[in-house]
Amino acid sequence: MSIEIEHLNYIYGDETAMAVKALDDVTLTIPDGQFLGIIGHTGSGKSTLMQHLNGLLKGSSGRILFDGQDIYEKGYQLKDLRRQVGLVFQYPEHQLFEIDVFSDVCFGPKNLGLPKEEIEERAKRALESVGLSEDYYHQSPFDLSGGQKRRVAIAGVLAMEPKVLILDEPTAGLDPQGREEILTLIKKLQTESHMTILLVSHSMEDVAEYVDRILVMNRGRIFLDGTPKEVFAHYKELEEVGLACPQVTYVMHDLKEAGFTVDVDATTVEEAKRSILQALSLA
Amino acid sequence: MIRDITLGQYYQTESLIHRLDPRVKLAGTLIYVITLFFYKNFVGYALAIFFLATVIRLSKVPFKFMVRGMKSILFLLMITVLFNLFLTPGTPVFTLWKLSITKEGTSLAVSMALRLSLLVIGSSLMTLTTTPNNLTDGMEKGLGFLKIFKVPVHEVAMMMSIALRFIPILLEETDKIMKAQMARGADFESGKLIARAKAMVPLLVPLFISAFRRANDLAMAMEARCYRGGEGRTKMKPLKYRGRDYIAYLILFLFMFGSIWLGRLTLPMLMVG
Repeated sequence: MSIEIEHLNYIYGDETAMAVKALDDVTLTIPDGQFLGIIGHTGSGKSTLMQHLNGLLKGSSGRILFDGQDIYEKGYQLKDLRRQVGLVFQYPEHQLFEIDVFSDVCFGPKNLGLPKEEIEERAKRALESVGLSEDYYHQSPFDLSGGQKRRVAIAGVLAMEPKVLILDEPTAGLDPQGREEILTLIKKLQTESHMTILLVSHSMEDVAEYVDRILVMNRGRIFLDGTPKEVFAHYKELEEVGLACPQVTYVMHDLKEAGFTVDVDATTVEEAKRSILQALSLA
Repeated sequence: MIRDITLGQYYQTESLIHRLDPRVKLAGTLIYVITLFFYKNFVGYALAIFFLATVIRLSKVPFKFMVRGMKSILFLLMITVLFNLFLTPGTPVFTLWKLSITKEGTSLAVSMALRLSLLVIGSSLMTLTTTPNNLTDGMEKGLGFLKIFKVPVHEVAMMMSIALRFIPILLEETDKIMKAQMARGADFESGKLIARAKAMVPLLVPLFISAFRRANDLAMAMEARCYRGGEGRTKMKPLKYRGRDYIAYLILFLFMFGSIWLGRLTLPMLMVG
């Protein structure tokens, strides 16, 4: 499902002395099936934007259209929206509460009012897609490791079978291996289940390898928007707003300055390697 | 959403009352509350109103903040007034079916209403002008003499300041978990009483777990910095009386004796009850 955001504004603490403009005239179109990375440092409005897409926050002005339908229109069912837009918050394992893994994953589909067989079917599918075998079904979620807990929590959202999946810093606090696992899982959801994915993060390194498009937020505004290569070309400006490009971007620029004919657009280590080897063999 | 609830009642500004030692304010509030119960005529109340008005003026806290505190006791206030108005025996001035308003009842109702409002406004003035940390500091030092009776004054004060500090954090946490469960289709707003109580489980379980986790982390962090109770512990900003604090004490005692003496005089027409 495509998402269109038109001139969205949001002000925290409206009508008080401490009013903060968290979103400032955000206009954005996200086509169906895209993997979009939203980058910005703390307080840039990325998490606020994310909560708007699920109807948890309502914009002070502007419109949000899902498949052409205005979600602020009278009579629009926010419950339907939440069924289609899955939201995984930061540290999602903090929302686990059931006595075992399986019933926790069932919580979402149960709230949708589905029949029992369907609920269990969905829970099984969701747990399978996050790579948790049946051995875990009847364990307490609190006995699992951090990475496993997070996967259970993500499965809890996946079990609602949303068309759009939004994740807020899904790799925060995980070790490199756990990070890799989660990001690969998310990429798989896009390619195999054809979900539209929005990944909120403050680490360029994390998203560069996986996303189709990067949106950089700064002070509630869209600062840059484009493919990773396009965005990283502005690496000087990114530094000014307190963000950093992947380290390979810097290495490639330095090499170019030193007189090597390398491709400065390389965003992943693999691409950089190829480009450097090529430059060396030419020399 | 839930963050809109205002719980911290401190009003930040620069004033003489804000600068007073918290012990003076604690003692002052106590003295003020006690004197309110000694008055037998309305002259005493007039003095108390004048005293309170002067302090409010000095504190630079807008009056509407005081009235906000009154909202919570409005119901109690109305019941008190109605009961006193109708159920006090004496000379009736107005009769409605079996109920009659008496002269004694009217004056008792008025004095009760005055006493309650003055009590609430007076004590909310203390929290409005003193930061929670200062307040617990003041309590710890002011009640320090209780240590002789083996009362763990420092520990109680520390618990209070930690509890106060955690209120906004837990509110934020509640907001977060609520949103996360709502994103999973949880419904906290509709349904009958039992359905609603059941809907709280997905909110309360994670909240308790996070509260325990935070408490654990805090205890560890405190121990890592060698906290071992109040014994021999020094303060970064020890409380110290200054000239203005002694003057404030003097004014307080003058008010206490003066208003009790005047408030207990037998004055015809101005007596309570």
